[in-house]
Amino acid sequence: MPESTSGQLKHFHNCQILRDGKILTEDLWVRDGKIIDPEKIFYDEKIESDVKIDCNGCLISPGFIDVQINGGFGIDFSHNVDKVEEGVTNVAKKLLAYGVTSFCPTLVTSPVETYKKILPKIKRTSGGDDGAAILGVHVEGPFLNPLKKGAHPESCIQKFEKGFQSLLDVYGSLENICYITLAPELENAIDVIQELEKRNIKISVGHSASDLKQGEEAVKNGASFITHLFNAMLPFHHRDPGLVGLLASDQIPKEKSIHYGIIADGVHTHPAALRIAHRTNPEGLVLVTDAISALGLQDGVHQLGQFDIEVRESRAYIAETNTLCGSIADMAECVRFFKKSTGCSVVEALEAATLHPARFLGIQSHKGVLNFGAQADFVFLDKNLHVISTWISGHCVHKA
Amino acid sequence: MRLIICDDSNNVAEWSAKYVMKRINDFKPNENKYFVLGLPTGGTPLGMYKKLIEYYKAGKISFKYVKTFNMDEYVDLPRDHPESYHYYMFNNFFKHIDIDPANVHILDGNAVDLEHECDEFERKMKEAGGVELFIGGIGPDGHIAFNEPGSSLSSRTRVKSLAQDTLEANARFFGNDINKVPKQALTVGVGTVMDAKEVMILITGSHKAFALYKAIEEGINHMWTVSAFQQHKRTLIICDEDATLELRVKTVKYFKALSEVHRKLIEDDGEPIPRRPQKDA
Repeated sequence: MPESTSGQLKHFHNCQILRDGKILTEDLWVRDGKIIDPEKIFYDEKIESDVKIDCNGCLISPGFIDVQINGGFGIDFSHNVDKVEEGVTNVAKKLLAYGVTSFCPTLVTSPVETYKKILPKIKRTSGGDDGAAILGVHVEGPFLNPLKKGAHPESCIQKFEKGFQSLLDVYGSLENICYITLAPELENAIDVIQELEKRNIKISVGHSASDLKQGEEAVKNGASFITHLFNAMLPFHHRDPGLVGLLASDQIPKEKSIHYGIIADGVHTHPAALRIAHRTNPEGLVLVTDAISALGLQDGVHQLGQFDIEVRESRAYIAETNTLCGSIADMAECVRFFKKSTGCSVVEALEAATLHPARFLGIQSHKGVLNFGAQADFVFLDKNLHVISTWISGHCVHKA
Repeated sequence: MRLIICDDSNNVAEWSAKYVMKRINDFKPNENKYFVLGLPTGGTPLGMYKKLIEYYKAGKISFKYVKTFNMDEYVDLPRDHPESYHYYMFNNFFKHIDIDPANVHILDGNAVDLEHECDEFERKMKEAGGVELFIGGIGPDGHIAFNEPGSSLSSRTRVKSLAQDTLEANARFFGNDINKVPKQALTVGVGTVMDAKEVMILITGSHKAFALYKAIEEGINHMWTVSAFQQHKRTLIICDEDATLELRVKTVKYFKALSEVHRKLIEDDGEPIPRRPQKDA
């Protein structure tokens, strides 16, 4: 936040806001980067606002949180070993245009040296003019089931041979890690999950051939997320529903909750599958883009990592083929697609990109909500949920 | 005293809001001359506040040079409790208009020294030059503010223990648990309101018909504290048809016959301080 606005009282009026699961015709008051209770200002401080901002009747939603994004704008977090900071900053800045105010840069399965080089350089940030806040890294792998490797290089996949030590050996420091995707059926996985939970690192199950029982065991021990539901896991089977069955499990203790990421780009998850997930477990649904480096690039062929990628009609293919190679949908688009295909309310669609990811990460007291005391990260939307402007700490960081 | 009989509660809201607007605008308040307004809470005046907000948003009225004094507040109820009158006033009125928070006065039911709080309230009211227009509502038992039956008609702002009837009636606002209803309140006295230059009382609904009858057709009586305003020099009672059900036909017809005169009270070119029209004028 710029020095000059410290202590400044901002009053956003003529707007609707998403708060407590409702769209309210309510003003928003911000000071020192936080949303504040105007009633306290009125009766205790007895002062009026310094700045009044007319929102022209728009809808204000908490800023979007993307907990799974591999890169964008030509940058791949996992392959961009030499200029990590520059690449992450670049993406963070450009994500603002899509209403994303916080994200978890995601590293796919990589050689051990890569983790040691990249991880220390992606530090948490609070966000601002420079870009969306970094909430910590999501490491997707390398402790995955080779049978469900997806696009991850099998040669780099690891096992927990030495239990938790194996994990430390690969990642080095856990300091910048927010959450880890692992396959819970791996040997020693449960011990590792317990250790991670103690260290307050979130655990997601994914790239896994685990059955429902193994999934439930992982959740009982601390796992709280499913990475890109339906993708890279056993398909739903009525006698063993697999990880998908966690959405309707009766074995999850009351005090634990499960959230799941889902790619609502209209390509990676069929709308009917989206509806099944949403109707089964609406509260756990977290929209993720899982976007790759081609996000935000124009149509044409782009050299990305070891591959040539061709972008045609908003889809990314391996060049000269019809093989899809990752999502290039932005978060605002996913919100709109999700709403359209499930017929859910605006509130549900927005919460899947705000409150739900925040709740999964345990930061819902100050992120993903517009409650008093929360970070003033929000996005102005028009009635079709297109981004008008993006705000971090009550400061405009992007205008369409 | 004037009795203005409107068709329904919406008309009461509109009439009273227009009257407030006219009184403030005719007063031409400025930084050296504030309009002092006494305000009620509760269901009855809600429509009036809505209308006033509408007029403010349309640019017809400003509250920049208005000072307000509220009638009452519960004791020991957190200020941000949805039933507190601070909460009511902020959410139903103040946050929507341009009033300076420094000019708003609501009794603090959480003050350490409640008596001192009440004395200070009276002092501030005096310091502001007295209340120009005090708006009030009444309960079915004819109480104004928390001046329940038997309150002295010359009472001032003070701590008041609430009657069992009131506690029971209020339980619905506190999860139907009478133990959660505040047992005391701070309230302006009947005498405090009597000191205002003008008093406007809003009465709607058939459940208040008997109280209206007691207020205007019978004598002054401390068991129906609103009846004290029979002795006030300038009192307006705005009611709907339902509230007139216990009145004599004669009374209703008499006041209805004056409706043309009353209408002028809220017209743009009407008299600022209304008088009966002169025959030759």
